[in-house]
Amino acid sequence: MTLAELVCPAGTPAALKNAVDAGADAVYCGFRNATNARNFPGLNFSPDEMEASVAYAHSKNAKVLMTLNTYPPAGEEALWREAADMGVRFGVNAFIVADMGVARYIAETYPDARLHLSVQAAASSPEAIRYYCENFGVKRVVLPRILTIPEIRAIRAEIPCEIETFIFGNHGLMVEGRCSLTNYATGLSTNLDGVCSPPAQVDYRRQAGNCVSSCLAGHVIDRFRDGEMAGYPTICKGRYTAPHRPEGYYAFEEPVSLNLAHMLPQLIEAGVHAFKIEGRQRSKSYVRAVVSAFRQAIDDIAAGGAADLDHLVSLTEGRKQTQGAFATKKWR
Amino acid sequence: MEQDWTATGARRGRIFGDLPAVVLRPLVDPLLHRTVTRLAQKHRSIFARLGPHIHTDFIIDPLDLPFALHLKPDPDRPLLKAVSRGALPRHDALIRGRFRTLFDLIDAGEDGDAAFFSRDLLIEGDTDAVVTLRNALDDVDGSIAADTAALFGPPGRLALSVLRRGAAAPVKGYPS
Repeated sequence: MTLAELVCPAGTPAALKNAVDAGADAVYCGFRNATNARNFPGLNFSPDEMEASVAYAHSKNAKVLMTLNTYPPAGEEALWREAADMGVRFGVNAFIVADMGVARYIAETYPDARLHLSVQAAASSPEAIRYYCENFGVKRVVLPRILTIPEIRAIRAEIPCEIETFIFGNHGLMVEGRCSLTNYATGLSTNLDGVCSPPAQVDYRRQAGNCVSSCLAGHVIDRFRDGEMAGYPTICKGRYTAPHRPEGYYAFEEPVSLNLAHMLPQLIEAGVHAFKIEGRQRSKSYVRAVVSAFRQAIDDIAAGGAADLDHLVSLTEGRKQTQGAFATKKWR
Repeated sequence: MEQDWTATGARRGRIFGDLPAVVLRPLVDPLLHRTVTRLAQKHRSIFARLGPHIHTDFIIDPLDLPFALHLKPDPDRPLLKAVSRGALPRHDALIRGRFRTLFDLIDAGEDGDAAFFSRDLLIEGDTDAVVTLRNALDDVDGSIAADTAALFGPPGRLALSVLRRGAAAPVKGYPS
């Protein structure tokens, strides 16, 4: 069995070190601006931090994949180009891109640079993936979390590049790269500004009976009763009333995390080259715990054993986990 | 069992028993001042991450201590002092939880999002400030709790050891 690469998140240099030391084969991270899809306050890397972090990862034989996975608004492409220029200068191992203009700039300016297609590009068919491979030289696609394992196996047979799949973490999929819900409520776009539910527009309101309401841009999007687990304050995971559901329900997504620990052997067998852990917005303790656990799991599988990572549920959103569409198209 | 965020909950399981805050604060404030001053000198990179929130007033409220903490992470005049829970100063953001949860966060043993999901943390006020502070502190290599303990030599390290052992054990009257 060929081992899959373990690709791990880092929102800070400290998290990157924890990921590398815990056994990450590659770490993905981005600059402290709109060029990446986790543009949260206090998070991400300055140029100096990126340069030093790349050096640290390389000293431990780990790769660094730079996230340039947002879509530049018209006239603002320079920020993305400058980020790519710095990434090349620092020696990152690959760029994770979604926008065709960004992909083209890197492919033409740095023909030796390796491109990975972000999940934000939402390329889920062989035709779409092949388009990026043929036109921009993409070497790996990060698949949207909407495919079953048999579908992944079928796609693998029809594309000329590697496949990376998410195996753990936040599971707000919708149509990735085309989410307009935050933009509708806040005026800031997940896809253009890199920030879903900007914290400056989030507030939590304590109410009687140990209840808490989470609000975005003044809209109450969920209310957690006494003892009820909470989730991220995103519109796609809000609870809403409707004529047929007056009690309120999760109309789009539920606060739940992906955990494919039990499916790793099938994913490897289906031709997946890399396993991705979500969570650049999470702490270094989360990174250390999750990366260590999956490093052990992958090594156990390689040795003919099984992986059991149910204990990671304590780190999951809403303290619930799912295998999502990887197990069945009927998961919702 | 859900966290009890009320005054009753604050009284329950107090780490310093029933010692009044007015007795403890003169003892604690010099230690807090020394801690925040030294940490500010050692970890200057925190302030770049904090950005505009170096001027933000935070209240950190460990429910089972007899006082809350007022933090202003100004690089030139860092402030950390004990304040009365009954008369909190003007603040922009509040973070409330059990002492052990908050200790685990600065000891790099707990994930802030996970503590929030499980309702072990309550956040009020400026969420942007809280997220920024969390991310800035999380970029410190190692443990802020360990750095703090080291400031006080062997007694500090002994206290850290005791706290870490305590953090691993369930507390009577609180959810495990």
